[in-house]
Amino acid sequence: MKTIYKLATRLSLMVLIGVAVVAPIHAAENPAPADPSLLPVFEQFGGKPGLDALMEDFMIKLIEDPRTRNYFAEVDQKHVKAMLAEQFCVILGGPCTYTGKDMKETHAKLSINEGGFNALVEDLQLAMDMHKIPFRAQNKLLGKLAPMHREVVTLP
Amino acid sequence: MKSVKRFTGPGVAALMLFMALGESVHAQDETTQEPSPAELAQPDTSMAGSDKLLLTGGVSQLEGAAGGGLTPWAVIGGYGTGDQIGGNAFYTRVNVQDYHLDGAGMLIGFLDRIELSIAQQRFDTELVGEALGLGRGFTFRQNIVGLKIKLAGDAVLEQDSWMPQFAVGLQYKKNDRGAVLDAIGAKDDQGIDFYASATKLYLSQSILANITLRFTKANQIGILGFGGDRNNSYEPQLEGSIAWLLNRKLAIGAEYRMKPNNLGIAEEDDWFDAFIAWAPTKHVSLTLAYADLGNIVIKDNQRGPYLSVQVGF
Repeated sequence: MKTIYKLATRLSLMVLIGVAVVAPIHAAENPAPADPSLLPVFEQFGGKPGLDALMEDFMIKLIEDPRTRNYFAEVDQKHVKAMLAEQFCVILGGPCTYTGKDMKETHAKLSINEGGFNALVEDLQLAMDMHKIPFRAQNKLLGKLAPMHREVVTLP
Repeated sequence: MKSVKRFTGPGVAALMLFMALGESVHAQDETTQEPSPAELAQPDTSMAGSDKLLLTGGVSQLEGAAGGGLTPWAVIGGYGTGDQIGGNAFYTRVNVQDYHLDGAGMLIGFLDRIELSIAQQRFDTELVGEALGLGRGFTFRQNIVGLKIKLAGDAVLEQDSWMPQFAVGLQYKKNDRGAVLDAIGAKDDQGIDFYASATKLYLSQSILANITLRFTKANQIGILGFGGDRNNSYEPQLEGSIAWLLNRKLAIGAEYRMKPNNLGIAEEDDWFDAFIAWAPTKHVSLTLAYADLGNIVIKDNQRGPYLSVQVGF
């Protein structure tokens, strides 16, 4: 009996972990795909006004962070904030249109390494915490943004 | 040879001149527009940066590799990214009914690609040692040197792909109680474990999963030597971890580690734990777990707390 119980526990645990490890998630061609299923997450961000408010503190964090400061200090911050809000809105299935340039074009002439990309992620997490965005909602957005490292990180 | 040189010389010179002209024309094109301050911005390239995201380097597993508590993960330990170096040191104490295990060690992660680790385990037999005629508090000591290499994938950033991060590694272990190990039927006081790990963070589910396949001859991870009267060949063992991220600094989860059963005199069980890991900053983490180590030599149902502290960068 004990062996059967042990075997069952062992099998079910390994199957669970195995499924979690290899469960196929379709690779998206568009690095910022609109996902209508994330509309509830869009609501958790407080809709478009919530995203606009989030960008204010996100930009403050980016300027405070020595790792990201020089990339944002001298740019048209109002424009960047507006484009980020539009982009996040589209990703989360919101009723917006992204009017900015694509990610590759935007970052082509910048020198950004993986550390810089992660720094931006950390600053965004701090800003989302400030705005009391639930952690799981944060991760759903970050899950859509993370693959953009392929366009944003320009240094090996 | 000489004639060939003479023949190609002018050709190469002309080609270089042509290329240089092309370069200067190209350079002129670029200078017509001043680079913006953002384009001039340079990343911090000091290798001591710690830019990996919080907890994505795992914690230190029992044998010193980056992973969960029991099992190595495919991540490279420390907070170094692809152009940085990370490192940490750990102390772990596992207190089960009739024994306790202390482990300490450190690791270095190079360029998020290669991980080198060293660790020492001290397994104290407490009163069991006396009962077995070894003496009260008889302690097995084991030194471990580990190497792990990341092969492919990215556990964290490739969120639109199913592919996990893959790594392979080895752990060389040397036990200091050869005579006792010989007496209980172990075939060797040293051995090498080989493993392959796949690790993936599923951000949209806030879940991290790992699966490891280990080839080993180790009895009770090497505390009781390597190989035995019942079996003396490498056997594949599956290990798994699953963690649920509660917030950036906190994760809970469970682990499982399958083990061989090589010694006739000492039944060996698979190991389980349930853990909570907390990283208030990138420089320190605490892991508290409840471990079920099953039977160890003459004592069944060895369960108890597991506490691990890690400091690093």
